[in-house]
Amino acid sequence: MMAGLANVFGILLVLVITAALLTWVERRLLGLWQDRLGPNRVGPAGLLQVVADMIKILFKEDWVPPFADRIGFILAPAIVMAALLLGFAAIPVTPGIGVWPVDGVGLLFILAMISLSVYSTVLGGWASNNKYAILGSLRAVAQMLSYEVFLGLSLLGVVLQARSFDLRQIVAAQAGMWFVVPQFLGFLVFMTAGIAAIHRLPFDLPEAESELTAGFHTEYSGMKFGIFFIGEYVGIVLVSAMLATLFFGGWLGPVLPPLLWFLIKTGAFVAFFILLRAALPRPRYDQLMAFGWKLLLPLALLNLMVTAAVLLAF
Amino acid sequence: MYSLLKTLWLIFLHLFHRRETIEYPERKAYLAPRWRGRIILSRDPDGEERCVACYLCAVACPVDCIALQKGELPGGRWYPEYFRINFSRCIFCGYCEDACPTYAIQLTPDFEMSEYDRRNLVYEKEDLLISGVGKYPGYSFYRVAGLAIPGKDKGQAENEEPPFDPKTLLP
Repeated sequence: MMAGLANVFGILLVLVITAALLTWVERRLLGLWQDRLGPNRVGPAGLLQVVADMIKILFKEDWVPPFADRIGFILAPAIVMAALLLGFAAIPVTPGIGVWPVDGVGLLFILAMISLSVYSTVLGGWASNNKYAILGSLRAVAQMLSYEVFLGLSLLGVVLQARSFDLRQIVAAQAGMWFVVPQFLGFLVFMTAGIAAIHRLPFDLPEAESELTAGFHTEYSGMKFGIFFIGEYVGIVLVSAMLATLFFGGWLGPVLPPLLWFLIKTGAFVAFFILLRAALPRPRYDQLMAFGWKLLLPLALLNLMVTAAVLLAF
Repeated sequence: MYSLLKTLWLIFLHLFHRRETIEYPERKAYLAPRWRGRIILSRDPDGEERCVACYLCAVACPVDCIALQKGELPGGRWYPEYFRINFSRCIFCGYCEDACPTYAIQLTPDFEMSEYDRRNLVYEKEDLLISGVGKYPGYSFYRVAGLAIPGKDKGQAENEEPPFDPKTLLP
């Protein structure tokens, strides 16, 4: 019981702190990739920048615009945070660390939570009663329609190979070979869909700063805005952890302890996501939808069918 | 697709490039000698004020941040009784330096003049006046100008011929 509680609160605490620290990590890494330095003034290497930002954002007025729909406006940031944090509950960090000791259908649960987090974007834009925000929400819906289908389909190859929806068994099934090798296509499709699912660049169409000011969170300020941001970073960690768990063998690895392997793999994907942001431009959303429906969905289906056929034949 | 991967790789390589940032308080950026920063009033090589209070700088100033008052020394030299630049208005355009006929007012490569109190940005003459000649060593207005001052009569300036006497016919 105590161990379970320690697990729950430990993971929650580490996750939230990591998400907050990622604001600093992202700015430093973006700086490095743009030949700058990034924030390096507050504390050692700028680490206390996070604290400074938190103090600033916590002391801002917690404001709801008079024209906004109050309930939806307040609910929206809570949804994304809650859904993505809940999604992390199913991730097995190591054999001993993880919120659910046994998860029969952990993968489905995470996918469900990622789907739920879209409501936050839609609701936030809708409740803001602002034309930029509603445009952002419309795009979020369009984006969800294009990625949600193959977000699940791309993982079915992994599920077929591991013969389980249980993330621990999926990791255990990768003892011989990481699934990224046989499921390379699925990996690519899932990574694309995952980036789209958490609205990271280059698929940050719902918030597209250059065209929609800030998209769905145009009207947000103070800590509600902060929660959207932290939620986004929790999403990055979640998708990175999923990529590490499903395709790169989770905690499996030689020499180093399991926890370290998991952190290294997840951290590498987080850094890769930031690199994507630094490097790639944003597509139009009809391009994204065409890309999703005409290329990635057939690829995901192909991957699924070939995997199934191979598994049946041998 | 290939171009995307290439972009990613090239951006990643920037990790090992030299940083463009100059970490300011510890390291200062190089400022060219003609950089337009804090305004000073210079002196001529003899140590006298160069400013002759002609008001051209105040007229040229697009934001009207220069205020001065002409005074006259016994020998006939003009000088500013007060000379005041309001740096909270100054846009460092350098028009005053262009307008100055005596190289008195000059812009210097210095910008570190922040103040907590806005009134401290109003510089008086004693704040502006420096002891040196600034960017133009050796130049002295009264040495080249035709004006008669004590110790230098008409026709005694550099490159100046003696005054023409209209009452004689000799060349």
